[in-house]
Amino acid sequence: MPGPDLPAARGEVSELLFDTLQLSPRELDPISLPRSADPLADEDLQLALYCCYELHYRGFARVDEAWEWSPSLFELRGRLEEQFLAQLIDLVGQPESGSGEHWTEMDLALRAIGDSDDSPSLSHHLEREGTADQFREFLIHRSAYQLKEADPHSWALPRLSGRPKAALVEIQADEYGGGRPERIHAQLFADAMDAFGLDSRYGAYVERLPAATLATVNLMSFFGLHRRWRGAIIGHLALFEMTSSVPNRRYGDAARRLGPDDPRATAFFDEHVEADAVHESVAAVDLAGGLARDEPDVAGDILFGARALAALEGRWAAMLLEAWDHGSAALVSPAMTVGPPA
Amino acid sequence: MSEAGPTITPYRDGPLIVRGKFMLLDQDGNPIETGRDPIALCRCGKSRSRPFCDGTHQVVRFRAPSTREEGRS
Repeated sequence: MPGPDLPAARGEVSELLFDTLQLSPRELDPISLPRSADPLADEDLQLALYCCYELHYRGFARVDEAWEWSPSLFELRGRLEEQFLAQLIDLVGQPESGSGEHWTEMDLALRAIGDSDDSPSLSHHLEREGTADQFREFLIHRSAYQLKEADPHSWALPRLSGRPKAALVEIQADEYGGGRPERIHAQLFADAMDAFGLDSRYGAYVERLPAATLATVNLMSFFGLHRRWRGAIIGHLALFEMTSSVPNRRYGDAARRLGPDDPRATAFFDEHVEADAVHESVAAVDLAGGLARDEPDVAGDILFGARALAALEGRWAAMLLEAWDHGSAALVSPAMTVGPPA
Repeated sequence: MSEAGPTITPYRDGPLIVRGKFMLLDQDGNPIETGRDPIALCRCGKSRSRPFCDGTHQVVRFRAPSTREEGRS
């Protein structure tokens, strides 16, 4: 199945990258990468990084699949990642090495991160006072992850063994529908998009997604694709699951209030209430705690991944609520881009 | 998923996770559809989908150990 089209570039880096990706794999022209003041909000940086990562998922139409392993592309991606990681560390601090939590306390340490998160609540807003347009915009933003839900965390599977591996498989089997294609969570999300009259094709809205949204997905791909960050991708998943059931109940109620009278509009959210109530415990105790027991050295990375999730989700939610507060949308308008790739 | 069991595990401050081969019946003996394996049964009493857990234990800050409780005040 061909991937989506490359999006329009948003600056020098994405323009060079997208222009070159349409040729056969080769050396990228040298490009000096300016030090971004705010990499997480840098449209050019986040879009370029997103598309580098996307080569490992579904690729792009008319982009040679051999680009996935191009050393020249990795060199550029590495420099983008360096800036991304530096800002993550600025935001949440260095992963603590050596002094990590004892594995039996990992669930409590993760919960403390969730409890101390004072980010504004998007689910509260949508449940109580959000509009149908805002709910549709929420689906558009979330489509960047939810249409490949669970995939970035699956990269961790070959890097685990024993109890944490079994726990991850237990969670992912459920995410992937337990053997029933129509129950794959990404499919349930596509169904919800269809019910709300949105385009549910993979990648259809990438061009409209701002840096803060792309950064939430780049975070998972960065942690997931680097074995060195296996602890962080597990911490990311654990906190994601631990903070999911209650918001999804609210999103489900919002979808019932704002959406069409169509079971597809709410099935994704309703499914996640009970599914994530199971995953929450398994992810915190068996997966994150199990990994910390097997590899005490990555305990600090587990918490780092969880803190990074909370920080980036918080920035994303704040961006949406601020835009909505001003009666606008937090989507990229076509005028912001530098034109379609040649 | 597993053919052994069932096993029932109380998770700290959370639900009872039930794995393995089991039947969930109401008091008249009628099966209660579970829809997944494993399942999480509500332990805090506040779920809106009892007998299943819906994560509400977090909202009400439910506290209980994973092992047997030896009485409490």
